[in-house]
Order: sequence, then C-alpha cells, then structure tokens
Amino acid sequence: MTFLRTAWLVLRKDFAIEVRSWEILTTTLFFASSCVLVFAFAFVKEGRAVEDAAAGILWIAIAFSGTLALGRTFERERYGETLRALLLAPAPRPALYVGKLLGMLALLGIAEALLVPMVAFLFQAALFSRPLLLAGLLAGGTIGFAAVGTLFAAMLVRARSRDVLLPILLYPITIPVIIAGVRGTAALLAEIPDEATATMWIGILVAFDTVFVTLALWTFEPLMTE
Amino acid sequence: MSLCRIMIALTSWFLLSTSAFATQPPAAQSEYVPLKDLPATENVPAAPFLIAAYAFVWIAAMFYLWTIWRRLNRVETDMRALAQKTSRR
Amino acid sequence: MRKAFGPLVVVGAALFVAAPYFIAQAPYESTMGLIQKIMYYHVPSWIAQYCAITVCGVASAIYLFKSHPVADRYAVSAAELVVLFGLMGLITGPLWARKAWGVWWQWDVRLTSALLMELIFVAYLLVRQYGGPGSEKLASATALFGTATGPFVYKSVDIWRTVHPKTTVVPTLPSSLGAPLALTSAAFVLLFVVLLTLRVNLAERQAALDEMYLALED
Repeated sequence: MTFLRTAWLVLRKDFAIEVRSWEILTTTLFFASSCVLVFAFAFVKEGRAVEDAAAGILWIAIAFSGTLALGRTFERERYGETLRALLLAPAPRPALYVGKLLGMLALLGIAEALLVPMVAFLFQAALFSRPLLLAGLLAGGTIGFAAVGTLFAAMLVRARSRDVLLPILLYPITIPVIIAGVRGTAALLAEIPDEATATMWIGILVAFDTVFVTLALWTFEPLMTE
Repeated sequence: MSLCRIMIALTSWFLLSTSAFATQPPAAQSEYVPLKDLPATENVPAAPFLIAAYAFVWIAAMFYLWTIWRRLNRVETDMRALAQKTSRR
Repeated sequence: MRKAFGPLVVVGAALFVAAPYFIAQAPYESTMGLIQKIMYYHVPSWIAQYCAITVCGVASAIYLFKSHPVADRYAVSAAELVVLFGLMGLITGPLWARKAWGVWWQWDVRLTSALLMELIFVAYLLVRQYGGPGSEKLASATALFGTATGPFVYKSVDIWRTVHPKTTVVPTLPSSLGAPLALTSAAFVLLFVVLLTLRVNLAERQAALDEMYLALED
C-alpha cells in the first residue's frame, strides 16, 4: 500500500512542479514536432514520403524527445537537490522509481498523442486503421524506453558529463525496443495491414518490458545508495 | 600507321567483347541454384579474405596484449616515482 | 588462478600452434569451399565473447549489490575483452559474408543484435572513462542490461528466419570439421582466461597505485 502511495505522491509532486511553468511539456512537444519536420524534409522525395519512412520517423521522434525530457526532468531534480531529499525519505526506493517512470510515461503519452496525428497527416500514413494494435505497440515501446531511460537518467544525476552519457547509454540498450516498435508500426502501415506481424512485435515488446522493468526495479536501490 | 590503328581497334574490340562476355550472366539456368552459389561471389578469391580474417584476429590479440603491457609499465613507473618521493621525505 | 597461469599460457600457446595444422587437415565444406575455414576463428571469437559477457555480468551484479572492489576489477577487465572478441567476430564475419553471401553486411537480426552488444559494451567503457567518480556503479548497471540482451542475441537466429546459420548447426558438424572447431574454441577460451588474468592484474596494480596516492595525501 505504501508502495503505490509513494509512487502516486512522487507523480503528483512532479505534476505540481510542472503545472507551474509547463516548461518540460512545451519544450518536449516543440522538439518532437520539429524532429518530425526535419525528417520530413529528409525523407520526402518528389512530394511523396519514402516507403516505411513514417514508422521510423514516428519512433525516432519519440526516442529523441524522450531523451530530452528525461534529461530535463532529472536536471530539475539535481538543480533543487530534490532527488537527494527524496532518497533520504523513509520510502521504498523502487516506489520512487515507479513514480518517476509514471511521470515519464504520462509525458511521452502526451507527446505521442501529438506525434501520431502529425505523422499520419504529413506522410499520408494510415496510422489509425488498426488503433488498438498501434496503441499496443506505442505502449509497449514507450514503457521499455522509459523504464531504461528513467533508471539511467536517475543514476546519471551524480555523474560527470551526464548530458552526453545519457544518449550514449540509452540508445544501444533501447535499440531492440525501437526496432520492435518501428517494424511493428511498419507492418501496420503496409498496403494490407499485417496484423500477425504487429502482434508478434507487441509480444516481443512485452518480453523486453518485463526484462527491463524487472532489472530496473532490482538495480534502482543499490544504484541510488551512496 | 594505319595498320597500327587497325591493330589497336581490333585488339580493343576483342578485349571489350571478351570482357562483355565475361560479365554476361551464364547460360539460362536450368536447375535450382542456392543463394550461396550466386555468380557474383564466384569470382571473388577466397584466400585473401581468409588470410585477412586470421591476420586480424592475431593482430587484435597482440595489440591488446601490448596495451596491457604499456599500461602496466606506466603504473609501475608511477609507483616507483611515488616510492622515491615518500622515502625522501 | 595465479598458480595455474604458467601452465595455462603453455597449453593455450600449444593449442594455437597446433590449430593451423588441424584447420588445414579439415575437409572443405561442400558449398563454400576454402572461405568456410574462417569459421575456425569466427565461431570461437563469439564463444570467447560470451564467456567474457558472462564474467562481466556476474561480476557487475556482485559489485552492484556487494560493492566488492575485486568484482569491479573483473567486470572492467571482462568488458574490455567483450569488446576485443566482439571486434574479432565482427571483422571476421563480414570477410566470410563477402565471399559466401556476396555482401559485407546484412541487416538481419543476428548481425544487428551482435553489433548492438558491441555498442553496449563500448558504452560501458565510455561511461567508466568519462563518467567521473561513482561511474563504476553506473557502468555495472549498463553491463547488467547488456548481459540481459545476450541470451536474446544468441537465440535470435532461432526465432526469426535470417541469412546467418542457426546455432543448431554447430553440434551437427561432422567430427572432421567439429574437432578443429573444438580445438580452436578451447584455444580462444584459454586466450580469454589468460588475457583476463593479465588485465585483472593490471587493475590490481592500478588500485595499489591509487592507494599509494591516497596514503601520500594523508
């Protein structure tokens, strides 16, 4: 009970801070949409998007803006020395992690709510033909990415050159998740949506999420102790 | 002079035609050929690749050994310098 | 480990000296011919890399939960060897592929995920190099996540259809090909053990030097 309550309190704390300036939300959304535009210029040939580009662009935009948001969220904690205060609190450590993770998921969820229609509109991609499968892919991919990202961003708070190290650590480890997301989305965007393939990739995403969340919960405590 | 020119023309034609022959795909395939037997790979000699692969493994292992040796030397030098400094004090 | 080191070096060197003879003796594989002999160095490099990954993962977990400095020395040494043996596999692989498949690189699951493993452990070394104080813990978490990806890489060929041969090929090899492969594999594993011992020794000396510096400051 205290576990869920702590997670909820951390989430509410982050939300209360964010509401005062909306800094992270607005910058992340702006960055995500400019990502899509940059790739739109790169992958549009003679007025039409390169085949399969939409799926890749969607996921790259999610990954890039996610990295930015992770960096900003924990930079704020570092600036106010609040992470330390949180860790000193007599609360189960994994609960703090879950709270931060939920905040990240909410933020990325909002970003995706903007990105998906944008990509569908700009690339004439039939992203909404199988909404449930797409939602499954997005949820699986986002959880995997955010689970690793929250852990690494949290532990990088104390490290030197953390701005560079976060993407360096995050991308190799989360590439399997991104590949699964891109391949699954691309299967949905085919002429005839390939539901079996998309379902297979969702299964793989669930497997990755299980491994990543378990590992993160297991290692968060020793990583943040010192 | 003209003979020379004709010779050049003839030889160049001959060379070009043979090379064109050589690059042309072999006669129509009458049976299943697995992916591994694609003609493009047949004219690549195997030995240089094999030698390169074996050589790389050896060089990489030796290079790594050398880096360990060099780092160890540096540590030992530092240690000796430090020991001298402490004994002088 | 230290007492067995001399004999280990001798046995390893003997295996490496004997290997060319056995490799030359082995018959040609029917479809690929001479180039298939890259296998005798390619497969053992990956076997040695998986040994290194296992050592690195276990040592990292021990270090993360018990904060034992010895475990950290083994972890960083093994991580360097993961990168070294991975590089051997990643170089010999394309050389084989150029002849056998006609291309240097294929973006299939096995190759991509092997490249990924290499990247994760390069990232591990980068974190240790540039992460500043406390980066050992950070790096050990990276190694744990990298190790978790390991089984996935190994099984990936069996899950998806790829160009790369399946892992079930190796046990079915006839003994004329399998025996030299077993020999070179043993040689590579011994090479790994020898290099690991040397590198751990270096890490110990570095730790001793750091202690001397600390003692001087007091």
